[in-house]
Amino acid sequence: MLRLERRAQPSRAMRVLAPLIAALLMFLTGLVIFTLLGKAPLAAFGVFFVKPLSSMYGLGELLVKTAPLLLCALGLAIGFRANVWNIGAEGQLVAGALAGSGVALAWGQTESAGVLPAMLLAGALGGMAWAAVPALLRTRFRTSEILTSLMLVYVAQLLLSYLVHGPWRDPDGFNFPQSRMFNDWELLPLLGEGTRAHLGAVFALVAALLSWFFTEKTYAGYRLQVAGLAPAAAAYAGFGEQRNVWLALLIGGACAGLAGIGEVAGPIGQLQPSVSPGYGFAAIIVAFVGRLHAAGIVLASLLMSLLYLGGEQAQIDLALPAAITGLFQGLLLFYLLAADAFVTWRIRRVRRA
Amino acid sequence: MSIELLTAMLASTAAAATPLVYAALGELVTERAGVLNLGVEGMMLVGAIAGFAVGLTSGSLLLGYLAAAGAGMALALIFALLTLQLQTNQVATGLALTLFGVGLSAFIGKAYTGQPIAALPPLSLPLLGELPVVGPLLFRFDALVYGAFVLFFAVQWFLSRTRTGLLLRAVGESPAVAHAIGHPVQRLRYAAVLFGGACSGIAGAYLSTALTPMWVEGLSAGRGWIALALVVFATWKPLRVLAGAYLFGGVTVLQLYAQGLGLHIPSEFLSMLPYLATIVVLVLICRDGRSILLNQPAWLGKSFRPEA
Repeated sequence: MLRLERRAQPSRAMRVLAPLIAALLMFLTGLVIFTLLGKAPLAAFGVFFVKPLSSMYGLGELLVKTAPLLLCALGLAIGFRANVWNIGAEGQLVAGALAGSGVALAWGQTESAGVLPAMLLAGALGGMAWAAVPALLRTRFRTSEILTSLMLVYVAQLLLSYLVHGPWRDPDGFNFPQSRMFNDWELLPLLGEGTRAHLGAVFALVAALLSWFFTEKTYAGYRLQVAGLAPAAAAYAGFGEQRNVWLALLIGGACAGLAGIGEVAGPIGQLQPSVSPGYGFAAIIVAFVGRLHAAGIVLASLLMSLLYLGGEQAQIDLALPAAITGLFQGLLLFYLLAADAFVTWRIRRVRRA
Repeated sequence: MSIELLTAMLASTAAAATPLVYAALGELVTERAGVLNLGVEGMMLVGAIAGFAVGLTSGSLLLGYLAAAGAGMALALIFALLTLQLQTNQVATGLALTLFGVGLSAFIGKAYTGQPIAALPPLSLPLLGELPVVGPLLFRFDALVYGAFVLFFAVQWFLSRTRTGLLLRAVGESPAVAHAIGHPVQRLRYAAVLFGGACSGIAGAYLSTALTPMWVEGLSAGRGWIALALVVFATWKPLRVLAGAYLFGGVTVLQLYAQGLGLHIPSEFLSMLPYLATIVVLVLICRDGRSILLNQPAWLGKSFRPEA
């Protein structure tokens, strides 16, 4: 008979291995799913996980999708470490896209080197403003940030829908619900010929370095970590909970907002009714799979980005719905949580008495 | 106000409130056992597509609802295995369940998008339905609207009048004590989580076969999260869940009729109302911390594993 037993000490090996085991299990489940759907499993696996990476363009696309995932996940991870559950990154992303685009549209068509930086700044501020609402409600009224940040996702999406159908609609756009196309000087510069990878990927990498520095080397980062690991100790040490909540949500909001303006000033090039295929939600998975650690999150965001690309490829080559991406994302997180349990537990064979 | 308008408003209030009642009452029972399952939205979506698909292919909505309850329970079982057996973090696991449910339902639902289904018909109650005024007002809803009230009475009675119900509440307050006395803590928590899953599944199926009889990706549009908020708003009391759900149903209806009344508000702003209302009521109820502290199950969201 097998029994779960608490380990004397948490297993360090399992902490590192758990995400790898989870990814492996997800790949294996993928083979099973492909077989069940009547596709040749190995060929389908190749289409999903290998083919997207086999060209320069494909690698560029990997970076295009990694950028917003990485940015959002880094911001969320800082909150999760301190038990601040901001799950509304998707809304903050949309708010950032709106604020940044608003600057571009208000600026008009005159070329200026200052527009793009102003858009990026406005994007980050927009995300922060959207995240400030749950922060205020939690610190002032003890309202759960989980529910408020999530409700604001829908509000942000509806606001976006209103703007592109109404005041911000391109007058020369044949009545399509979208803003005017952004001009060259309003777009993030591309990283290389023949790809769509843009400066946003660099921002995301810099953010990863900053996040590592913040959590490992600064006092504020330390306070957040203590608040998450040992709330009682944090309270005793006088680390204000309120300041942590504000800090975590504002950083998360700024990152998500930057990701949002990076999407509209990057691959999309204008405001549309939808500016993200759920990056803000997928980033929750990225943060966990990356162990809430900057280096891990970089790797996890690459994997998650591949899941998006694989879904698109599978839709083209295998006529599978692209929604299969969401299925894999959910599976990955389940497997991770299960594998994680074995950091503190182990299975022992016990003989029946 | 004409009787026709009143009837129509009441009908749409009940239709909007009913799925919230099922999902929130299910989650209430789960939370009363001390387990916080944030996967309601995911379980609703999977229930919605299961109910729709089975209802459409079999031609029987009853089978559809059974399938929806089963699908919700299947997802809840994954949650229970992870949180109760492997002691994973309940918040993270619940989020995972929602994300998984969103993906799974979108994947399965692709083949069913845009297909029509015969909506759940209103009950034809003999005599009562024929009564003047009261008949159309109160006795021409579908079975699930009345079922929601039955569920409410059942949950209320179970939690306050039965031995098992009292035990379940004890488990939510202090699983260690309940375990020490010799009560089956794990079994009760499993049952509570599965019950929540079945209720969420039914709530989802109501969306796809009654409220808007069709399948669209993500059709629950945050109702699972609103149900979670309702449980907090109700301070874990069934009667307040019922009242809260109807209050929310009323808000949803407001957005339909505001335009009819000639108010020129863009539809997007009216659609924001339920979400904004959720935030407002959460703030109102949380502002007074005592009512939350006094009523929240003491062990809510925390792991417990009986060491054998």
